[in-house]
Amino acid sequence: MTAVEAAARLVEDLPPAPALWCDGLRKRYGRRTAVDGVALSVGRGEVVGLLGPNGAGKTTVIKMLLGLVRPDAGEVMVLGRPGSDPAARARVGYLPELFRYQPWLTPAEVLRLHVRLAGADVPAEEQRGCLELVGLGARTGDRVGGFSKGMQQRLGLAVALVARPELVVLDEPTSALDPLGRADVRDVVLSLRERGVAVLLNSHLIGEVERVCDRVVVLDRGRVAASGTLAELLGQREVRLHLTGLVPAAEARLAVAGPVDREGGWYTVALPAEDDGTTVPDLVRDLVALGVRVHAVEPARISLEERLLGILRAGSGQARP
Amino acid sequence: MTARTVLAIAGLTLREAARRRVVWALLALTVVLLALSAWGFSRLVGLDSELGTLTSGEARLVASLLLNLIMFGLSLIAAVGTAFLAGPTLSGELESGQALVVLARPVRRSAVLLGKWLGLAAFGGGYVVLAGLAQVLVVGATVGYWPPAPVTGVALLAAQTVVLLTLALLLSSAVSPMASGIVAVGLFGATWVAGVVGGIGGALGNEGVERVGTVSRVLLPTDGLWRGAMNAFQDPIALLQMGPGEGGFPFLSDGALTPAYLAWAAAWVAMVWGLTALSFSRRDV
Repeated sequence: MTAVEAAARLVEDLPPAPALWCDGLRKRYGRRTAVDGVALSVGRGEVVGLLGPNGAGKTTVIKMLLGLVRPDAGEVMVLGRPGSDPAARARVGYLPELFRYQPWLTPAEVLRLHVRLAGADVPAEEQRGCLELVGLGARTGDRVGGFSKGMQQRLGLAVALVARPELVVLDEPTSALDPLGRADVRDVVLSLRERGVAVLLNSHLIGEVERVCDRVVVLDRGRVAASGTLAELLGQREVRLHLTGLVPAAEARLAVAGPVDREGGWYTVALPAEDDGTTVPDLVRDLVALGVRVHAVEPARISLEERLLGILRAGSGQARP
Repeated sequence: MTARTVLAIAGLTLREAARRRVVWALLALTVVLLALSAWGFSRLVGLDSELGTLTSGEARLVASLLLNLIMFGLSLIAAVGTAFLAGPTLSGELESGQALVVLARPVRRSAVLLGKWLGLAAFGGGYVVLAGLAQVLVVGATVGYWPPAPVTGVALLAAQTVVLLTLALLLSSAVSPMASGIVAVGLFGATWVAGVVGGIGGALGNEGVERVGTVSRVLLPTDGLWRGAMNAFQDPIALLQMGPGEGGFPFLSDGALTPAYLAWAAAWVAMVWGLTALSFSRRDV
């Protein structure tokens, strides 16, 4: 075996490069810093949600990842190639937040154009299937100019999917859709994940993100405020207790279990992430032994929304002098 | 990858012109213009003026002048048409978000620009060549006047259109859709006027005024190319009849184009195109 063959085998055995990777992304518009040192990655076949308030820099990050906006600093790799190389985007599908398609074309012609631009070889049958998937099967011959906003967004989804992508970037894919359309998009994302297609999903609808995403990246004022799997981000559980007759010793016992939040007779204790299921029974046993009257014990799970609000509020609290 | 993108975008640009009824509007306008000119030229034959019937030489002079006048009309239609097609193309598509999905494909921005430019050049140039040759045929059939170099003439008109659309594309990459069309047409008109002023300066022997035309012809080659086209359409005897310097008359040209000027026009187009590509490739969309 020559050295080159050995090297080739070595490279072959390496895990595939992430679908999307960036590090140290920075972008300034005039004196305002829109994106400041963002690093994130989307693995092959992984669905990653991008969350954050308006103006957090989510769309700017997406545009830098796709070579639409030039970063001031930072590196981007798309499907294992540098982001500055247009060929890196050969297997990327993109639905922008601000979408509009050539109004004088029909949906079938828009798809044909994008297949051609992507350099893909997708038979007409498959292209039609793509339009049917997004619910435009009956409108293939109409001009796009006559389409409603929601139908144009469905077309945008078909455009993102048509060239057999390995990575799909969806920027607010359901902003113009009715509840039925939102459910369709969710199904589409889940089927992409099943087929091993990586998805980066930017959405305001936290419920949507919670249902389909493996991992979440929270952006706030141009920085990554938090990131992790849903289990990691939501892993923190709480227990709510309604107690009376508390003695100082009992309060000390509560504090041992975790940070306590008191509201009247209700005590909310945040449980440690590594809890093995004994914390709550042990706590109740000890409280009773200390003479505390326990009226109610309720488990509570933090929703992604609460967690997100917590992260964002903590961030703005730190920023204040 | 690049050739595929260029052809796809050029085809898309031509299809846009067809689908947006630009082609039909231009066709209708041109047919009206051709019919009117056919009627006008047929009246010219055997016209009785106060000075008596036109001699054949006088008729050729008038036909020459009128042909140039109508060609100016055609070139104006083509120039305004392509400027208003090219003007909104880059900035309009960037503003509306139409460019986002196209530029997120594996395409080089310069290839997208080249495709647009080729499509517009084919459209504008094709229109001028077809309408110009049709006009030459109309004049030939009605008064029997054949310009000395009709093919050179329409080729130069097409080149003038290409120059203007290249300028409109550059403006389109920098300013808003509406502004770019207006500025391009405004500059085209200003250069023409400067050319006429320069011609009058030449006739009066005033070098300073003459230089206005020369400088404007270098800055924007539309007027220079137009004068070359007129020279190819007009009867050589007409100039002799008008006398040296042709009195600064705007619809006669006293000299053919030099190869150096043609080379400059080509370099100008390449330079402005390069600037556009540079500005477009650096632009955040």
